[in-house]
Amino acid sequence: MTSFDTIIIGAGHNGVVAAGFLAKSGRKVLVLEAADTAGGGARTVEFAPGFRASGLAHVVNRLHPQVMSSLKLDRTLFEGEAVPTLALDAQRGPAVLHGGYGETLEGVSETEAGAFAAMRKKLLLQAGVLKSFLTRKPPRPGDIGLGDALQLGLTGLSLLRHGRQEARDFARMLLMNVADIADEYLTDDRLKGLIAFDATLGIHLGPRSPTSLLGLFYRLTGEVLGQAGGQYLPKGGMGTLARALETAAIAAGARLRFSSPVAQILTEKGSAIGVVLKNGEELRATEVVSAIHPVTTLQTFLPAGEIDTGLSRSLRHIRSKGNVAKLHLALDRVPVFTGVSLKDQRGRLVIAPSVDHVENAFNPAKYGAFSADPVMEITLPSMGDLSLAPPGACVLSALVQYAPYDLKEGWENGKPRFLETILSTIERYAPDIRSSIVAAELLVPPDIEARYRLPGGHWHHGELQADQLLINRPTFALSGYETPVEGLYLCSAGSHPGGGLSGVPGMNAARHIIAASKARSRR
Amino acid sequence: MKIYDAIIIGGGHNGLVTAGYLQRAGLETVVVEKNPWVGGAATSRELTPGFLYSNCSYVCSLFRPEIMRDLELPKHGLQIISYEGGAVFTRDGDYLASYRDHDAHRREFARYSARDAESYERYARDVTRQCRFIQPLLMRTAPDPFSCKPRDIGELLYLAKKFGEFSPAEMAATLRFWTMSIADFLDEYFETDVIKAYLALSGIIGTALGPMSPGTAYVLLHHYMGEVDGSVGAWGYARGGMGAVTKALASSFLAAGGVIRTGSEVDKVIVEGGRAVGIALANGDEVRARMVVSNADVKRTFLKLVEPKELPEPFLHRVKHFKMRGSSGKVNIALDSLPEFPALPEGSQCMRGDMHFTDSIERMERAYDDWKAGRWSADPFLDMMIPTTLDPTMAPAGKHFMSCFVQYCPPKVEGRDWTDADRDAFAETVIKQISDYSPGFRDRIIHMEVRTPREIEQEVGLTEGNIFQGELTFDQLLFNRPVPGYAQYRSPIQGLYICGSSTHPGGGVMGAPGRNAAAEILRDLDRSRSHMSAAHDVL
Amino acid sequence: MTLDLATRKAAQPHFHTLLLESPFHERLAALDKTNDWYGWAGHKAPHALDDEELEYFAIRSTAAVFDISPMTKYRITGPGAVAFLDRLTVRNVAKLGINRVHYTAWCDDHGHVLDDGTLFRLGESEFRLCCQERHLPWLLDSAEGFAVDIREETGEVAGLALQGPTSYAILKEAGFAGVEALKPFQIGGFAHEGCTVTISRTGFTGDLGYELFVPRALALSLWDRLFEAGKFLGIRAIGYTALNRARIEAGFIVANADFMTAETALRGNRLRLPDEIGLDWMIDLEKPNFNGRRAIMAARAGKTLKHILVGMEIDGNVPPEHALVYHNKRREVGIVTAAIWSPLAKRNIAIASLERPYGERIQDGLWVEIYALRELQYQKLMKRARIVPRPFVTLARRSANPPGLF
Repeated sequence: MTSFDTIIIGAGHNGVVAAGFLAKSGRKVLVLEAADTAGGGARTVEFAPGFRASGLAHVVNRLHPQVMSSLKLDRTLFEGEAVPTLALDAQRGPAVLHGGYGETLEGVSETEAGAFAAMRKKLLLQAGVLKSFLTRKPPRPGDIGLGDALQLGLTGLSLLRHGRQEARDFARMLLMNVADIADEYLTDDRLKGLIAFDATLGIHLGPRSPTSLLGLFYRLTGEVLGQAGGQYLPKGGMGTLARALETAAIAAGARLRFSSPVAQILTEKGSAIGVVLKNGEELRATEVVSAIHPVTTLQTFLPAGEIDTGLSRSLRHIRSKGNVAKLHLALDRVPVFTGVSLKDQRGRLVIAPSVDHVENAFNPAKYGAFSADPVMEITLPSMGDLSLAPPGACVLSALVQYAPYDLKEGWENGKPRFLETILSTIERYAPDIRSSIVAAELLVPPDIEARYRLPGGHWHHGELQADQLLINRPTFALSGYETPVEGLYLCSAGSHPGGGLSGVPGMNAARHIIAASKARSRR
Repeated sequence: MKIYDAIIIGGGHNGLVTAGYLQRAGLETVVVEKNPWVGGAATSRELTPGFLYSNCSYVCSLFRPEIMRDLELPKHGLQIISYEGGAVFTRDGDYLASYRDHDAHRREFARYSARDAESYERYARDVTRQCRFIQPLLMRTAPDPFSCKPRDIGELLYLAKKFGEFSPAEMAATLRFWTMSIADFLDEYFETDVIKAYLALSGIIGTALGPMSPGTAYVLLHHYMGEVDGSVGAWGYARGGMGAVTKALASSFLAAGGVIRTGSEVDKVIVEGGRAVGIALANGDEVRARMVVSNADVKRTFLKLVEPKELPEPFLHRVKHFKMRGSSGKVNIALDSLPEFPALPEGSQCMRGDMHFTDSIERMERAYDDWKAGRWSADPFLDMMIPTTLDPTMAPAGKHFMSCFVQYCPPKVEGRDWTDADRDAFAETVIKQISDYSPGFRDRIIHMEVRTPREIEQEVGLTEGNIFQGELTFDQLLFNRPVPGYAQYRSPIQGLYICGSSTHPGGGVMGAPGRNAAAEILRDLDRSRSHMSAAHDVL
Repeated sequence: MTLDLATRKAAQPHFHTLLLESPFHERLAALDKTNDWYGWAGHKAPHALDDEELEYFAIRSTAAVFDISPMTKYRITGPGAVAFLDRLTVRNVAKLGINRVHYTAWCDDHGHVLDDGTLFRLGESEFRLCCQERHLPWLLDSAEGFAVDIREETGEVAGLALQGPTSYAILKEAGFAGVEALKPFQIGGFAHEGCTVTISRTGFTGDLGYELFVPRALALSLWDRLFEAGKFLGIRAIGYTALNRARIEAGFIVANADFMTAETALRGNRLRLPDEIGLDWMIDLEKPNFNGRRAIMAARAGKTLKHILVGMEIDGNVPPEHALVYHNKRREVGIVTAAIWSPLAKRNIAIASLERPYGERIQDGLWVEIYALRELQYQKLMKRARIVPRPFVTLARRSANPPGLF
């Protein structure tokens, strides 16, 4: 039996980031991964011979600067410039957003550009205030420390610094829906549809649902290379980033073991003492850090009764059923999107022609049906990285919603129908695309669940909605990365601040674990 | 020309509450009402001989008992009668009843699920805990978190102290509760569709949201905070219809020496030197006063009655974007005889309360989808009652008045104005739904009054027919209602106040906005408020 | 799971009857002279059938029969039953022998007591849990991951408590051969009308006594068998008022009278950890995790226990029911939750909930303020209170083996 200081379950990006930070603190760290490579949802997969794409996430837009600097990640990972976002419209042509979330706009009227700039300024200012909460452990009510109070005070001050009006707007807008904001500022349906889509992507809400603006705030708290709202497609797909993180963790001294699925977390008198692998092997450690879904961690890996009934009730109430499908198309030639320049096709192409489109796409998802007219973001990663597809061919990667995990008719029936629906939607924007399809892979949430061991197939490991944020993420008793089981910690996207390729939950958890053990040894 | 101390624009219940308090503080007050009667949306009119309708609002339990006491409303005829039961009819021919008796209530739920029957206790406890936190805030002016004024800071500290009475876990639960949808909230307690549908209805009534919209759990609270004579969460009828509430308010106001001018539509608020000094009526008359208080909604007040030049642009901008989309309609029916509901067994008291036909959250949400698309719901949610089963004063003996609140009903039909044909088709949807559960219902109808948001706006003056004078979403609650920085019943114009449901704590026949507005006005005048009860203690 | 239409429709007329009748109602009603019924968990139950003083003395000098059918009862079976109950309750169920009963309690995650009750081990993996409140959702949710079946059987099982010095004699006379072998907290099965009556040597009076459970259909014949046998042994049916006096003497607590159960309490500061209501002795921290274990340990370690439940003896003879408790006649430190004049101890006794350190480190200087309403005038009394151990009264016959005949 081998013994470690820290065992990390899951080599998804948060697990590897946590491993890097914890190994740097001098711990002997072992990362256990069920798959044969690191990265989790951030792997690059070959979905058809010669065609590779980012497995799940396909755009980098929030990798945290502290993660990059602490793990000494190379900025050249994102060589070249940020890619634009295109709000497609089959008739009018696209509205193009350049720079960090539309620093400059192309293809819209001057008045509209001005309106968008005003909205963008307001949203970025507010997101800037929220940003400071990302890297802090959410404060425990009743146990608010000086640091927390200071943080709140500073937030208040930073708001008031911009004037009373801004502060009031912040308090008013925080829980608003994105549709009302779109209506208040914008008139161009393409832009309105785009922000409606961006606010709701990966979240079971429609743009008219109250609180849906939070999704957009969350997006805008992200930054890459110092650019808020910037986005990049890494060369070689997301696997490149995963490998870079893995290399950094190994450099810091962590060990990774692949094809080693965990079966159980070992406990003794309410403390975690190690894990048992599926093959029966026992590994001991003083700390077990789980980078997988909190529900799997506590409900599946712990013996029955190890956590109290109230907590298992709250775990059951965590809403964590995915709504997004991932589409990979192998194309024998580069598709032509009407009105989109070849250069812009390197960007993020969004099909969400209006707020109503997004809302109407959402409606059926409430009742367990997929969108009849889905909305989606498309990337063509091989446009910027020829290595991803055979010469002259092209890879299309798309996130499509809404595709509810629990499809009433069953996904076996539904999947071919949904694929057809998606393709005919794309066809409206790229008319000749169908004849160029060599292979297609559609991953609906149950597929994502199976492939990435992600319960519900939800990449945030739990809905990113107001009632599942901060001290309620993943649930109150588990906020702050700790669990009732001593020595067992959580560091996945299911913990504060949430999902996306940020590395922040992993970093925050690691920092918390290091600080907590220092505090213990001082006592 | 006579100069009053105060003019109240609009004789709705909040206007009359403000008027009552001001007059009792010694201010010479005049209420100016467009219609030939007072009452706003709390009226009882005889539209067919012998029948009194509760034309718009139809139940009474939110109305604050402190106000009833202060303005001596019982002396002026106000009496509230509690429901005896209620039911949701299910499509399979059964029903889910609500009974006042605790054990009967539990056994009724247990007919569907023993687990749900017991979970209800925990649910009721959790919701009551939330009510106990919120209820004292109804009768307080919402503090402005950014004013840095001592009074606002004091109020914020009071709020923090109240919140601090929760345990950490309860604080976390409170944050969840405020931001959840009623559907998600109920999923945490119940497994039975009809039970969830029955409990969800309070989360959507009057709002332009569906049960799956975040924030509707809070709306539930808004409807739960009512009480009938100390019985919290109970619902009741005003004896004589909802007009009895405003009749009593008017009578109390007149008895205190106030003046009411009905049939006087206000055209403009007269502003001189940045100060409201009176009103100009549509007929050309002017009434002068030292202040003007508007019971009209925030849009009508500032976009129609006040010249834009008198208002700062950011304020106007916010008012324009204040959300008050109508979402409900009303069908009032005079019945020749008591309808029969074959699903109900002999001796059931369910007809002496609220009745519904929406037996699942999904049907409720789909009804909302229709509204989002600009249509009235094809399968609407009805809050239906027959007050005459408990109040014989509203119809001739043996005959009945039925009130149907209908959700959802949009302010415009697919973007265009309502037509009479639309209105009739809307009513037919309602009659059809009732007839599905009550054979022969159609033949009992003597007379019918149909109100879509168009009719509600035309008669009552509620912009877009929104019965709450503004939606109850986070961005329009507390210090955000109606406009951040102007949530304390004052406006950018000196001497012009607002006292309707557009202000904190919002809609429903509650009277709290009117009462709080009066308190702020008297504070500005440095007058005694000793005739105003503080909010009753929540022990 | 939602029940089917036919079952639901059959249950529709329930609203005609607000309080259900117990399986023994026919017999109770025949003996009842006072018509003084109250609602107990949705059932009609007597405060007293006759003179409550005489009913109390039946407990202490002959034998009293109290109908416990309305008590909530759950049947818990399955191979995972022991592990489940160990997770649910604070006592060690593995240590509870077959055919034994123990008094126990269960808590939520915060260690707050949800209820107390008695757990009957009827077989290797067969249990009955009796308690005051209903807990089906909590039991079902706690059972996740355990091979166990949980069913409420309140309506199917009739229960009687037979308490008092002649209770054994009555059972013997009734022909329950072998009942003398039952030691306190032991269970036995005995033949009755071709079925089994489960008899346990348990009770809520601190006296010699038994509790009998039979299928509902046999309720009346069991009653008749006992009353026939007890004809000359002073058997008497009693109501709750008499029982309540006996239980206070015995120092037993009642949920929602001496403490608020966690799922009923609206106000956060009314919740209680086991240590705060005198149940600390039953907690087994050595067994695997149970609900509330971590919270209880944290409260003990962090010294955050706020309350304590104590027995008190009060000067004078006026029972200080719900009186305030003061320290040095000035500082309010708690409330009396139950109080009576004890005929057996000839003392004024009380159970009180105090705020620590009063009742814990500070035991002296306690007073109770009594408002005695006498002919429309309060007589205010300040009486000295001394903390005394519970039970207030210990009767040797309660635990004598073999049990005595009188």
